[in-house]
Amino acid sequence: MPHSQLRIVIVGHVDHGKSTLIGRLLNDTGSLPDGKVEQVREMSRKRGMPFEWAFVMDALQAERDQGITIDTTQIHFKTKQRPYVIIDAPGHTEFLKNMVTGASQADAALLVIDADEGALEQSRRHAFLLHLLGVRQVAVVVNKMDKVEFSSRRYEAVAQEIKDYLAELGLQPKAVIPVSARNGDNIVSRSEQADWYLGPTVIEQLDAFRPQQTSPDQPLRFPLQDVYKPDDRRILAGRVESGRLRVGDTLHFSPTGASAKVVSIEAWNHPETVLSAQAGQSIGITLDKRIFAERGHIAHHQADAPTLAHRLSVRLFWLVSDPLVVGKTYTLKIATAEHRVTVEQVTAAINVEDLSSTPAKSVHRNEVAEVVLRSRSPIALDLASDLPCTGRGALIDGNDVVGGCLVVEIEDAAAANITEVSHTVSLEERAQSNGHKGGIVWLTGLSGAGKSTLAMALERALFDRGWQTFVLDGDNVRNGLNAGLGFSSDDRAENIRRVAETAKLFADAGMVVIASLISPLKSDRARARVIGGERFHEVHVAADLATCEERDPKGLYKKARAGEIAEFTGISAPYEAPDQPELVIDTDALSRSEALAQLLDYVDETLGKNSLKSGKELTYVI
Amino acid sequence: MSADLDQLENQSIYILREAYNRIDKLAMLWSIGKDSNALLWLCRKAFFGRIPFPVVQLDTAMELPEVYEFRDRITKEWDLDLKVEQCPPEEEMDQTLPPLTRAAARKTEGLKNLLRDHAYQGVMVGIRRDEQATRAKERVFSPRSLEGDWDVKDQPAEFWDHYKTRFPEGVHVRIHPLLAWTELDIWRYSQREGIPIVPLYFARDGKRYRSLGEKNITFPVDSTASTIDEIIAELQVTRVPERAGRAMDNESEDSFERLRSVGYM
Repeated sequence: MPHSQLRIVIVGHVDHGKSTLIGRLLNDTGSLPDGKVEQVREMSRKRGMPFEWAFVMDALQAERDQGITIDTTQIHFKTKQRPYVIIDAPGHTEFLKNMVTGASQADAALLVIDADEGALEQSRRHAFLLHLLGVRQVAVVVNKMDKVEFSSRRYEAVAQEIKDYLAELGLQPKAVIPVSARNGDNIVSRSEQADWYLGPTVIEQLDAFRPQQTSPDQPLRFPLQDVYKPDDRRILAGRVESGRLRVGDTLHFSPTGASAKVVSIEAWNHPETVLSAQAGQSIGITLDKRIFAERGHIAHHQADAPTLAHRLSVRLFWLVSDPLVVGKTYTLKIATAEHRVTVEQVTAAINVEDLSSTPAKSVHRNEVAEVVLRSRSPIALDLASDLPCTGRGALIDGNDVVGGCLVVEIEDAAAANITEVSHTVSLEERAQSNGHKGGIVWLTGLSGAGKSTLAMALERALFDRGWQTFVLDGDNVRNGLNAGLGFSSDDRAENIRRVAETAKLFADAGMVVIASLISPLKSDRARARVIGGERFHEVHVAADLATCEERDPKGLYKKARAGEIAEFTGISAPYEAPDQPELVIDTDALSRSEALAQLLDYVDETLGKNSLKSGKELTYVI
Repeated sequence: MSADLDQLENQSIYILREAYNRIDKLAMLWSIGKDSNALLWLCRKAFFGRIPFPVVQLDTAMELPEVYEFRDRITKEWDLDLKVEQCPPEEEMDQTLPPLTRAAARKTEGLKNLLRDHAYQGVMVGIRRDEQATRAKERVFSPRSLEGDWDVKDQPAEFWDHYKTRFPEGVHVRIHPLLAWTELDIWRYSQREGIPIVPLYFARDGKRYRSLGEKNITFPVDSTASTIDEIIAELQVTRVPERAGRAMDNESEDSFERLRSVGYM
C-alpha cells in the first residue's frame, strides 16, 4: 500500500451531517480504536442523548454538550487503497476561521448537503471558500436521503442546484452521491434503497481523488526564510515553493535585483552531494558572492521573474469582527515577505447566495470581496492563477491574521502610466566627464557621533578637488522635502525612504551624495540599500553613547534624559549598529582630521579616478 | 520510497525555521521519548547540525533509569544546551483533579515555572494530532496565556503556512512541528534516519512501552515487538490506542481536556 496520504476536508452547512458522515466512515472501515464506540455510547447515556456517530468526532466537552463541532479536527483512517487524513470543519458560521484553517490543508473536499433542506447559506459560503483556498477536487454528498425516502427526484433537484452554483466558481464536482450517513447507505457499502444511483460510493470517490501535484517545470520561486552562519558558511535558507534550482544556476533576487550563482545546496547528515532541489523542499544554499539578501526576498531565474507591483487587486475573505475599511493600512504577508498595504478601494462585495456583487466601503466578518491594495514598497508577486504560493497571502492587523487573499490582477509600473525614460547620457559618460563615479555615502550613527561635521568636511574636501557633491542632512530635509512627516515609526521609515530615493537621483546625476542621518534601524537602512543598489555605501560613524552624551552639540540628550523627547535614539529607543558596513569610523579614537582622511581615502578608492579604469565596473546592476 | 516522510520532514523544517526567525526567545521541550527525539533530529537538519536554542527537560524525578541514561548520553554526543527544570511536588497540584491526572499536572506547573523564570516567548513541543482527540484540534502555532491556558474555542486562523507569530505582552506560543505526523510515521522516520531510541520501547518478556511517561502513571503494554521493524508491523494492524498505557487519560471522560486547557502539553 502506498504511504502517501490524501487529506480530505468535510464541509457544509451546520447540522447537515458532516461529523456523522465521518463517524460512519471510521466505523465502517474498521478505523476506530477498540472501545471507542462503547465509550461514546456511555457519554450519550450520561447526557440522556440518543447515540450519534458525530460524538465519535466531537472531542471537546462543549462540543458534546451542545452537539455541534466547534473547532476543526483531523483524524487518520485507511482504505485498501491508501491512508487518509479526514479534516472535520465546523459548519456553524461562528467558526468560519476554523473551517478555513481546516480546508486550507486539504487535497480534496466533500461538500455535505441535507437532501431535505438543499444548499443553504453556509453550503454556498463553504463552496466559495473552497474555491478561494485552492481546493479544486470536490465531491458533493447529498445526506439524509432516508428523510426524503430515497427519492431520486429530490436528489436530482438538489444535485442540479449545487452543480449550477459550483459551475459559476469554475468547479465541477467529481460526483454527487446520495447517502444516509446515519444508516450507512452508500458510504462503504452500496445502498439498496437508492438502487437508481449508479455512481461511486463515498469510499470509491475518496479513492478516485488524486494527491495535489506540483510540477517542477513551473518558474522557480525560492522565498528566503532566514540567513544562517553556522560556521564560515553563509547559508540562505527557505523552501522552494515552485520550480527547481540547481547548483551552478544564476539566481536573481526580487525586489532587490541582486544576483549570484548557487555554489552548493547544503544538507546535514546527507552522504551524497545535493545538486538540485525542487518544489516542496526545505533547503539551504550558498552563493558565489556576498550579496544583500534576507528573509522575504524571492530567488528566481532571470527569464521568469515575478512582477514587481505597488498596486494589486485581490479576492479576499475576512475573518474578524473589526471590518476591513477603505483607507486602513494592514500588513500583507506573501510567502515570507511582509509589506504595509493600504486599502484603496473595495471594488466588489460578493453575495455568496447568488454571487452578485456591489461596490462597498468595508468588508465584514465572514464576507468575501474584491479589493484594491496599494503598497509603498515594491512587492514581488505572481497571479494566484499562475503560481499560488507567491500569488496569495494573509492580511495581518496588529497581532492577528485577519483575512486571506488571492492576487487576481497586478498593476505594474507600466500600467500605472509611469514609463521609465532612458537617458541618452549614460552613467559612464557622466562619470568620465566628472572624473569620478556617482554614489551614496550613507553616514549612520548616534546623535553627537560626528556625522554632520564629517559630512560637511567631506563635502568641502571633495568640492575643493572639483568633485560634484552634495550633503543631504537629516535635520535639513525635515524642513522641506519631509516637512509633512512626524516622528512615528512609520513616518521615520518614510523619512529615510525619501532621503534614499532623493540620494539615488543625485547619484544617477553623477554626484557623490553624502547622506547624514541617525537612521537607527537596520530594516530602514536595508531598504535604503535596496534603493541605492551597488552605489550605496554604508559608513558607521561610531562613538560611545557616553561620549555622544557628553558632546551633546544640540542639547538633545539633556532633553531626552529629562523626558522631554520621547523615543530618543540611544536613550529611549534602540540604535541597531550595522553588521557589515562598508566602513566604520571610530570618532572616539580618531581626531577630526584623521576621521576625514579615512573617509576620503575610502571615497577616493571606490568612486575616484582609479575606479574608472575599467569601463565594466560602471555597469551598475540595479 | 518514502516520499511522504520527505514531505513531512520538509514541512517540519519549514515550521522550525519560521519559529526560529519569528519568535525571539525560544526553547524546545525534550521528553526523551521517540517524538521529541525525532524533533531534535529535525532541528539538527533545519539548522545544519547545531541546535540554536536550549533543550529543556521537565523533570519529575519519576522517569525510568533508562530515560536518564539516554538523556545524558545524547546531550553529550549531540552537544545539546540542556536545561533540566524540576517540577513542583504533587501536593501543590489542584486537588480536585483525579489522582493520576494530578501527577501528570506536575509537568504543567514545571513548564509554568520555566516560562516565568526564563521569559521564553516560544516553546516547541513534539505533540501529534493522532495521539489524542484534543491534540487533533491544535494549531501549529498555538498561543497561551502566561498561566498556560489554552482557549480552544477561539484559536487563530492558520492557512497556507501563515502562522500567528505576534502576541501581546504576557502571551507565549507553543509550536508544534510534528502535528501532522502519525505514530507510524515517527517509527518509519526513526528507522530511515537511524535516530537513537530509548530501549524501553522494545519488547522484553512480552511487554513494551508504547508511550513513554513517568513510572508511576505509565505502564507497558503487551507486545512482542523487539525491533523497529516489528514495531512498524505491529502498528499497522493494532486497534489499541497509543496512549492506552497512560493511566491519566482514562481516569475520567474529560481528564485530558482539563489537563490541556490549563497548559499541559
